[in-house]
Amino acid sequence: MSYNLDTLYRQVIMDHYKNPRNKGVLDGEVLTVDMNNPTCGDRIQLQLQVEDDIVKDVKFDGEGCSISMSSASMMTQAIKGKKLKEALKMSDTFSHMMMGEDIDMEELDLEDLGALQGVAKFPARIKCATLAWKAMEKGFHEE
Amino acid sequence: MDVKAIREQFPILNQEVNGHPLVYLDSSATSQKPLSVIEAVNDYYRHDNSNVHRGVHTLGSRATELYEGAREKVRRFINADSTAEVIFNRGTTTGINTVAESFGLQNLTIGDEIVITPMEHHSNIIPWQQVAKKTGATLKYMPLQSDGTVTLEDARDTITANTKVVAIAHVSNVLGTINPVKEIAKIAHENGAVILVDGAQGAPHMKIDVKDLDCDFYAFSGHKMCGPTGIGVLYGKKEYLNAMDPVEFGGEMIDFVNLYDSTWKELPWKFEGGTPIIAGAIGLGAAIDFLNEVGMDNILNHEKVLADYAMKNLRTIDDLTIYGPENRAALVTFNLADVHPHDTSTVLDSFGIAVRAGHHCAQPLMRWLDVTATARASFYLYNTTEDIDHLVDGLLKTKEYFGDVI
Repeated sequence: MSYNLDTLYRQVIMDHYKNPRNKGVLDGEVLTVDMNNPTCGDRIQLQLQVEDDIVKDVKFDGEGCSISMSSASMMTQAIKGKKLKEALKMSDTFSHMMMGEDIDMEELDLEDLGALQGVAKFPARIKCATLAWKAMEKGFHEE
Repeated sequence: MDVKAIREQFPILNQEVNGHPLVYLDSSATSQKPLSVIEAVNDYYRHDNSNVHRGVHTLGSRATELYEGAREKVRRFINADSTAEVIFNRGTTTGINTVAESFGLQNLTIGDEIVITPMEHHSNIIPWQQVAKKTGATLKYMPLQSDGTVTLEDARDTITANTKVVAIAHVSNVLGTINPVKEIAKIAHENGAVILVDGAQGAPHMKIDVKDLDCDFYAFSGHKMCGPTGIGVLYGKKEYLNAMDPVEFGGEMIDFVNLYDSTWKELPWKFEGGTPIIAGAIGLGAAIDFLNEVGMDNILNHEKVLADYAMKNLRTIDDLTIYGPENRAALVTFNLADVHPHDTSTVLDSFGIAVRAGHHCAQPLMRWLDVTATARASFYLYNTTEDIDHLVDGLLKTKEYFGDVI
């Protein structure tokens, strides 16, 4: 298998794809955001339970490729328990990573996310990786 | 047909992608361009570039001759009666929108019906949704058989005396279904309706005779038939085009302009507002010369061989779902078990194989198939059975790579 592919499909990514964290639906009063990628049909529903400016709980549901679903899984893990501001900052850092820029990995606060760094080398797939993050941003801006 | 010699006319095919020879299987999205087309556009810009229909100077005459010469080539290619029936535009989407906006809004009202099918490309759905919303007409869908075909019986049941427009793809860009448009045109006419054929996937691959099909409108794109992007054709019967209002107003399309009213040029220029796509039309003319030289019947036969070969060999892959009928145009849409088509496409790309992944601008059809997306390999005159062998190999490697997901 070519070197290229393995920079994209890291084991961590496949693990999140096969065993997504925080997948499902939240009960009670939650913020729900639907977002899709009109070019490919990937769709995500993100549910956020925010209290006192803090992400108390978060779940996602949807259909998509390994990159979009694993990114969603990692994102939910990364922002759980974070302040909205911190989560948005993380999203910003993540977009910079997708543009292939050098970033401080510690700002992402979840080691697994580093596995998505390789996506930057596959321009056609960047939108897959950012879908869940865009949904999160949209949710917070609505809030 | 000497495919090796044909391939030599397509310089783009002679390259490596990700360390592998390019296997281009995305011609339904856009075809590659032969040298003669690239050179025709190049020559025009180097020697003849000028605006058409206005300059008295020599370059103006040359450009006009080339542009109108291309129109005549299109006329012969589709066997239209007159160049008045050949309108140059930006592509199939523009052609359908012109008919919807002009014919549709002018002629439809509450109680009238527009009949389409669930296999249509978005560009043959949304313009009709808009017409229905604006006029109060009803949009109706002909049902599909489980293999993604339409039957004439269903066509007869769906098309009624209230139907004013039938709009249908000649060939489905997802299923590869070749629709019986000639027979459906007859049914439409028996009910007093006009028929528009979306020829985006038809004109590049088979001989089109608009008189034999007896379709009232036939829209297609140059870039899918070896021509440049940005040029397309709307064929329409003169009797309809004459009665239709233009949809774009401005330069080129006028006769007299007064302070408060204006009159239009005759056909086809009435529908060509603004400086036309001159280089694109000339490139399309060169593409038609190229296709004619190879022979449309030869192309169709070659593609039939490829389609059969692809079906036979792809079927040997376990867990590969193929969508669409047995008898099909030269494209195969599929999904490999639970591997998302984006992932399939990325893995194939790593082997230099270009396929399309996504909803193919046919979301209603994706829902009918009960999938969110699919991958599609589509073939053209420059493809070979070896290309299909590479595809099969690539899919087997994809399966191996995503083995534990499947």
